Amino acid sequence: MNTWNDLKYVETVVIDNINLAQDAFILRFKRNFSFKAGQVVGLGVKTDIEPRLYSIASGENDEYIEILYTEKLDGKLTPMLSILRKGDKILVTNPFGTFTEYSDSPVCISTGTGIAPFISMIKSGKGTNPTFIHGIRTPEYFYFEDILREKLKDNYTQCCSGLNSPKFFNGRVTKYLTENPVNPSKKYYLCGVAEMVVEVRDILISKGIPYGNIISEIYF
Amino acid sequence: MSQDIKEKISLYGLTLSEISAIVKEEGLPNFAAKQITEWLYKKDIDSIDEMTNLSLKSREQLKQKYIIGLTPSMKVMESIDGTKKYLFKTGTNNFIEAAYLPETDRATLCVSTQAGCKMGCLFCMTGKQGFQANLTTNEILNQLRSISEFRNVSNLVYMGMGEPFDNIDNVLSSLEIITSEWGYAWSPKRVTVSSIGIIPAMQTFLEKSNCHLAISLHNPFDDERRQMMPIQNVYPIQKVITEIKKADLGRQQRVSFEYIMFDGINDTDRHIKEMVKLLGGLKCRVNLIRFHAIPGTPLNGTPDARIIEFRNALTAKGVFTTVRASRGQDIQAACGLLSTKEMVKK
Repeated sequence: MNTWNDLKYVETVVIDNINLAQDAFILRFKRNFSFKAGQVVGLGVKTDIEPRLYSIASGENDEYIEILYTEKLDGKLTPMLSILRKGDKILVTNPFGTFTEYSDSPVCISTGTGIAPFISMIKSGKGTNPTFIHGIRTPEYFYFEDILREKLKDNYTQCCSGLNSPKFFNGRVTKYLTENPVNPSKKYYLCGVAEMVVEVRDILISKGIPYGNIISEIYF
Repeated sequence: MSQDIKEKISLYGLTLSEISAIVKEEGLPNFAAKQITEWLYKKDIDSIDEMTNLSLKSREQLKQKYIIGLTPSMKVMESIDGTKKYLFKTGTNNFIEAAYLPETDRATLCVSTQAGCKMGCLFCMTGKQGFQANLTTNEILNQLRSISEFRNVSNLVYMGMGEPFDNIDNVLSSLEIITSEWGYAWSPKRVTVSSIGIIPAMQTFLEKSNCHLAISLHNPFDDERRQMMPIQNVYPIQKVITEIKKADLGRQQRVSFEYIMFDGINDTDRHIKEMVKLLGGLKCRVNLIRFHAIPGTPLNGTPDARIIEFRNALTAKGVFTTVRASRGQDIQAACGLLSTKEMVKK
């Protein structure tokens, strides 16, 4: 993979590294650029390890940048990210990507950390009257739950596949979509790993959503 | 495979520098590295015992930790047109495919680089499997080495399952083995790597390899390509082409663009005009591909007559365009179909 030398990047300072769940963190760092909700940055700690792409999870008007990540013990980068403390230096590329245009009343669907572009959109006040469906395994991974409840109220659906509780829809996002009606006039925005995106897209298409109304961002 | 064999390291798929490191670690003479690569990549041996210019002691020593590491295919299907589809098992119960396509004057092997794929293209069967694993260099090259037509293969295309530039290190190692004098010593002109256009890895490829590059284009319009190929959000095709235009391509290195034809979706006059605009100034070829419907996809293939019109229109406007012959339809030669069936059985 290409080195950092080929990229436009800056060194910036960590403000906080908040442990949200056993292996999930929000990395907050000083902001050196403007961005659009839905864009990604390349992130790293030193130039001999290739940058990894992360969607920005903070709002367009926040004073800092946040990214959401889960630590992969066999990963090259995330074990190093997880030990960062306030004042440490990190490398960040300029933001890029075009998963940034949201229609009115968008239906946003993600699993796990795929929430990032949508929370950025919601914090930035974009996408009028959004609906958000978030799928996770256990409740501690319902990131930004308080903000989402406050801002979206009944338009926020939590799908939990690993714990039966009256507080959530019990099952995966795919089960929720299969069992509930969809609206062919709305645009659907998906974000997460390919397997989820492909499965959800297939369900939506089978229920009559034109494929042109489904916009996807895939984490790879 | 026994636990003992599992823990041993495969020599097949290692580069000269990696084998040199092993030779040094094992205290063998330096020249043994070249001897070993010669046995592996020129003399096509199946066991360390066959490395007869290494001392018996050296061979016994190597056998303690290493194996050659070839894996036979678990299934082969043959089409009425001579195309053969090989199914290999890799890693922990993953399935990958390689397609052998003989013609009168050449024989092409299409290899996979990943089990599954992360890219999620709307029209792709492999994408429906999700992603299981990157293939090792051994697993990429084993698809060539372990088929009976191995020495008949004249051309290699990295167009099977997976995105090669999402596994760039192992793909580059495999290309090094294919094209190095100490390896198979193929001309890079005989190898084409096909990608969706992951820009950083593509730049690395263009810096380090002289093999041909094929880019999956499929739609020249930003918003339309995004609906079919999520990668467009991160690495738009317009930027991919800008980077290719900037690259210092070798004199014989060829760039082509793959274009699957979807009825009413990407086969209009508007698309021809935009293709000409997009590819203008770039010495390249466009390869039009017939689409064979896969389950659950809301797309249909363009009729043959329109494909020919499309080809002629592009050619008339100076974009050299060919139509790829469809092969092996009776054995599901499109990548991902056979391995998906195997996964379902599993």
